[in-house]
Amino acid sequence: MSEQVNFEELKRFSAEIRKETVRAIGYAGFGHIGGSVSISDVLAVLYGGMMNIDPSNPKWEDRDRLVLSKGHCGPGLYAALALKGFFPMDWLKTVNKPGTNLPSHADGQKTPGVDMSTGSLGNGASSAVGIALGSRVQGRDNYTYCIVGDGETNEGEVWEAAETAAALKLDHFVLFVDWNKKQLDGRLEDILDPGDLEEKFRAFGFDARTVKGYDTEEIWKGIEEAKKVEGKPHVIILDTIKGLGIDFAEAEEFNHYMTFDIEKAEEACAEIDRRLAEGTYPGGDFKW
Amino acid sequence: MVKVCDEIKVSPEEMRAAYCNALIEEAKKNPKIVTIDCDLMNSCGTKNFMKEFPDRAFNIGIQEQNAAGMAGGMASTGLIPFVHTFAVFATRRIYDQIFMSCAYAGQNVKICGCDAGVSAAYNGGTHMAFEDMGLMRTMANITVLEPSDPVMMRCLVPQVVAKEGVVYLRMPRKKVYQIYEEGSEFTLGKAEIIRDGSDITLIAIGMEVRQAMEAAKLLEADGISARVVDMFTLKPIDAECINKCAKETGAIVTCENQSIVNGLGSAVAEVLVENDPVPMGRIGVQDEFGEVGPQDYLEERFGLKAEHIAAKAKEVLKRK
Repeated sequence: MSEQVNFEELKRFSAEIRKETVRAIGYAGFGHIGGSVSISDVLAVLYGGMMNIDPSNPKWEDRDRLVLSKGHCGPGLYAALALKGFFPMDWLKTVNKPGTNLPSHADGQKTPGVDMSTGSLGNGASSAVGIALGSRVQGRDNYTYCIVGDGETNEGEVWEAAETAAALKLDHFVLFVDWNKKQLDGRLEDILDPGDLEEKFRAFGFDARTVKGYDTEEIWKGIEEAKKVEGKPHVIILDTIKGLGIDFAEAEEFNHYMTFDIEKAEEACAEIDRRLAEGTYPGGDFKW
Repeated sequence: MVKVCDEIKVSPEEMRAAYCNALIEEAKKNPKIVTIDCDLMNSCGTKNFMKEFPDRAFNIGIQEQNAAGMAGGMASTGLIPFVHTFAVFATRRIYDQIFMSCAYAGQNVKICGCDAGVSAAYNGGTHMAFEDMGLMRTMANITVLEPSDPVMMRCLVPQVVAKEGVVYLRMPRKKVYQIYEEGSEFTLGKAEIIRDGSDITLIAIGMEVRQAMEAAKLLEADGISARVVDMFTLKPIDAECINKCAKETGAIVTCENQSIVNGLGSAVAEVLVENDPVPMGRIGVQDEFGEVGPQDYLEERFGLKAEHIAAKAKEVLKRK
């Protein structure tokens, strides 16, 4: 299947998602920039061909689903959904404005294409397991994807969900951990060190692997490899950087939530375009 | 049509059996019904559902948070999940998950809490839900009910299935009294006047309905004509019935097997003060934690018996 994928195109799609995410937050003037752009690449893979979806029919029963359990990164998801045509691009200028359909935290009641409301961390992992089980009960062959934050794994509910996913052998469930190394108050190891997440999930009965979370080709191939393993749920740890690709955000130590305007966002977009042209996208201070 | 039994006696059927059998009957007709249990199937009486529908019943162990979250997810695929555990866990422990993944998320999930109020008896204060109904009543756009006997349970379970959105159903699990004759019919959201009277109205819910009927007899012996209302739906509350009773009897006592804070008494008072207030009093747990003991002792200890209701009615009548 990966032979048919144009990975250059996927990379460009992730750049578009990253740009529209920083713009959306720039229009709002503030928002959860760090974790919204560390998932741009996995969103590009999912919405750039991996997920079986129909933007003209967002409630299609047999669709693949994504639960963005780290619901505060709604703007990242909205960028992907708008680019796929779930709703007009203009909506991205309305994030957090009165009466908007794009609130800071993902809301399945308001936004076409959002498969589950999230925002209280840990909840989305359970909901996603429920979706995977509900799909199986009804004989559907679709996949359920879920993105949790690395800090989010502090929540016990994530591990309840993991235990159940393994016990029920939900092999059409793929969990991503956005391992960007930081949570709101600082670095993981300074707040509550989760240790080796890949090993932890493996111990919980998952088929587990770690990929470069900024590399759409690796993410795509990681998902393909995962799907070959039957009888187990899958976890893919996305090794990445909080604020990746948005230089002013990446350089900021506390970049969970930042205040900036659309001019600053446009400067970041110009840098993304420059890096794409010279082949250094997404940039980033990689230490892996 | 509702017909009260001539003599209110202990039901030959436990409440949990009435519930589970009614759910099984619905599930035979509706393949969307699934259940999630949290290692309390033997207590909640849902084993037979699993026997009947092994592919639609999931015992996920001692994971109440996960159960509520999963229920929201399952509902989003088109199923109608029923989650069972003790009332304390079904509400206070997983309030956030019910809020986020079920109610706020707009999902069609039913939560059933066993061991209502003092019926938790020997499990004691830790397991005694006095707050569950109040907690759930505060959540926007959901339905909260407590059927008073197995006959009503049989009638209401299909309506719970049909009611779109989050429903919280509370019940004692074992011994209950049969108040209504077989075939009595009830409508979710609509209270029933089950005994007429003109001096005061006793508005009761759950096991307190029997106590209110008994209290009405005690009051009758003292020349007081007490009306009794079964307010089995706490939310949305039947304001029309409350206002009618206030107008026609001029005094109200509410009776509930739970905290008077944000329970039935609060809900009735809210209706009254926004319309035409009449003197009222509240029978229920007076802002206390529960404790261990036999149910009969606890009913006495927390002032839930017919004698307490009758005494409260007389106090209220002095203010009329």
